[in-house]
Amino acid sequence: MSIYLDRNTKVLVQGITGKMARFHTKDMIAYGTNVVGGVVPGKAGETVEGVPVFNTMKEAVAQTGAEATLVFVPPPFAADSIMEAADAGIRYCVCITDGIPAQDMIRVKRYMYRYPKERRMVLTGPNCAGTISPGKAMLGIMPGHIYLQGNVGIVGRSGTLGYEAAAQLKERGIGISTSVGIGGDPINGSSFRDILEQFENDSETHIICMIGEIGGPQEAEAAEYIRDHVTKPVVAYVAGLTAPKGRTMGHAGAIISAFGESASEKVEILTAAGVTVAANPAVIGETIANVMQ
Amino acid sequence: MDIHEYQAKELLSNFGVVVPQGALAYSPEQAAYRAREMGGERWVVKAQIHAGGRGKAGGVKVCNSDVEIQVATENMFGRKLVTHQTGPEGKGIYRVYVEAAVPIDREIYLGFVLDRTSQRVMIVASAEGGMEIEDISANRPDSIVRATVEPAVGLQEFQCREIAFKLGVEAGMVQQMVRTLQGCFRAFTELDATMVEINPLVITGDNRIMALDAKMTFDGNALFRHPQISELRDKSQEDPRESRAADRGLSYVGLDGNIGCIVNGAGLAMATMDTIMLAGGAPANFLDIGGGATPERVAKAFRLVLSDSKVEAILVNIFAGINRCDWVAEGVVQALREVEVNVPVIVRLAGTNVEEGQKILAQSGLPLIRATTLMEAAERAVGAWKSDLEQSTKVRAVR
Repeated sequence: MSIYLDRNTKVLVQGITGKMARFHTKDMIAYGTNVVGGVVPGKAGETVEGVPVFNTMKEAVAQTGAEATLVFVPPPFAADSIMEAADAGIRYCVCITDGIPAQDMIRVKRYMYRYPKERRMVLTGPNCAGTISPGKAMLGIMPGHIYLQGNVGIVGRSGTLGYEAAAQLKERGIGISTSVGIGGDPINGSSFRDILEQFENDSETHIICMIGEIGGPQEAEAAEYIRDHVTKPVVAYVAGLTAPKGRTMGHAGAIISAFGESASEKVEILTAAGVTVAANPAVIGETIANVMQ
Repeated sequence: MDIHEYQAKELLSNFGVVVPQGALAYSPEQAAYRAREMGGERWVVKAQIHAGGRGKAGGVKVCNSDVEIQVATENMFGRKLVTHQTGPEGKGIYRVYVEAAVPIDREIYLGFVLDRTSQRVMIVASAEGGMEIEDISANRPDSIVRATVEPAVGLQEFQCREIAFKLGVEAGMVQQMVRTLQGCFRAFTELDATMVEINPLVITGDNRIMALDAKMTFDGNALFRHPQISELRDKSQEDPRESRAADRGLSYVGLDGNIGCIVNGAGLAMATMDTIMLAGGAPANFLDIGGGATPERVAKAFRLVLSDSKVEAILVNIFAGINRCDWVAEGVVQALREVEVNVPVIVRLAGTNVEEGQKILAQSGLPLIRATTLMEAAERAVGAWKSDLEQSTKVRAVR
C-alpha cells in the first residue's frame, strides 16, 4: 500500500494541452503513471501523448473510469476546475497551480463539503509539486528519479525542499512510500494533520517526515495530532529561522502574523509533541536515518 | 497589496460604511485650501503612509485653523515617518488627508481577516478600540468578540446583531452597526481583500457610527480581476528593490546580511537562508525565482541581487523539477557574461537534467565555485565571502 496513488490509479490531466502540462504528462507516463486522458473545454477529439482529450470532467470520467486528476489550469480558472473534478466523482485531486485567489479556495473547500464523506474528493495543493508513490505512480511535476521506493512517508509545503529531503534519503539508500505536497497557500485542500492520518494508517509507511515552514496554524495542529494519535516516529524540519516577521516569503501562506507561527516556535511545539526536529535542512536525511536505527 | 487610508475609506464608503468628510492634499497649501473648502472649525491632518502607528510617531495632528494645517503639514511633506511598523528607514510622506474632526463618544476595534484555522473569513471586534489588536489580545482578551462567516450564504444579520450587542452598542444604533459590518464584509469579498481593519470605529456624540481610520490589504493573486484596485498601488511606499522584483515576476525580500541568494522554491529559499546562517554567514535576501525559470529570469535575478551593495558573495541553489538544470545553467552563464559580477558566485544544481547543467557550467570557463550539497554550498559561500573579505582588506592595507 501507499497513500492516494498506485500503479493502477487512472489519472486525468486538466488543462493537458498547455505547454507545461504536455511536458509533465509525458514525464508522468514515462514514470509509469496510468494517465488515461485529459480535459480541456472545446478540445475534445484531440490527443496528447497518446491519450484522448475530453470537453468535460463528467465525460472523461464516464469514458475512462478515472479516479484521480491533476489540475494544471491557470489561476483564474483553477478553482472552477477543482469543483468540476469534485462533481464528476473524482476521488483524489492534486492542484499544481500557483496563484489561486484565497477566496476562490474558500469556495472550493465549501463546495467539496456538499458531498457526503464517502464520496468526498480529497484535494492536495494548490501551489504544490504533487504526490508520488515511488516505483508506482507520480501525479505532479517532481523529478521522479530522485525518489527511491521504501518506507518513509514525506509530507511538506514546499516542492523543492521536499526534493532536497528525497535526494538526501536516496544518497543513504533510504526509500519513500509516498511523498505528498500540501502546498504553500494559506487556504489549502489538505493539512499536515490529514496526511499524517493517512500515513499512520498506511502499512507501507514506517516513519514520517514532515517539512513545514513559517506561517499558519497547521504545524501546531499537526503536533497535537501526533502527540495524541500517531504511533510511528516523526521527523520534522521547519524552514524560515531567518525569516523576518510580517513579510511574505514567496509562498502566499509563508508569513509570520501571529504567535506560534515563527519557525522557532513551531520547532518548540513539535519537539514538545515528541517529534525529532532536524536542526538544518542539510541533515534531514541523516536525522531520518538515525531515527530508523 | 496595501493601500492608503483615504483610498480604503473611499472604497468602504461605496459599500455603505460611513466615514468623516475629508479630502486629499499633495502640498501644505493644498491641505489648508482643502480645509477652507470643507468648512468647519477643527480638522485632523493625517500622513498617508502604508503603516500603522502614525499617531504616536507624529503623523496625525489635530488643527484648529488653516494656518495650523499649513504649519503642521509643512513638517510632514517630504519627510520619512518612522513608526513601530515601518522599520528604522521609515516611509515617505507625499500625501496628506485632511478630515473634519468628529466628536467621539466610544471607540470600537473592528477587523475582518482570512482565518487560516477555520479557513473562512473571520470578524474580530472589541469594545476597546483605539488600542492595537495585539495589545487588546494581550491586555483585554476577554473583550474580543469573534464570528466566522459561512461562505455559502455570507454574513448574516443575526451575526451582526450578536456582535453589536456584545460590544454594548445601544439598541437604537444596532441597525447602523449591522450596515457597517455588512458593508465591510461585502467590500472584503467583492474586492478580494485579505484584511479590512477599522480602528477605531467610533460612535459619535450625535449617535452616528463612523470609520475614523481604515486599512485594507488585498490578495495579490486576485488583482487580475480588480484592475481598479491594482491602480491604487503606490510604489513610493515599497522597498525599491522589492518593487523591481515584483515587476519582473520574482519574489524578493531584502534582509541585512551579505550573502545574496538565488533559489527556486520558497521553502528551499528559506532553508538556504537558514543554512547560510548555520554556516556562520548571514543572508542578504530571500529570492524565489519560481517554477519555469527561464535563462532571462535567472539573469534578472542576478541583476537584482547585485543591486544590493551589501552583497559580497552570491549563492545560487537550484533543485530542478519544473525548471531544468540546463536552463538554469544557461541563465547563470548568460547573466555572468552580461552583468559585471565582482563577487564570488557559488552554484549548486540538483534534480532534472543535472548532468547537462553541470556540463554547461564547466564548459563556460567562468570562475564559478560549484557545490553538490546544500551544506557544502553554504559553507563555500561563507568561506568565499570571508577569503574575499580578507583579500580586499589586504589590498587596502598594501595601498
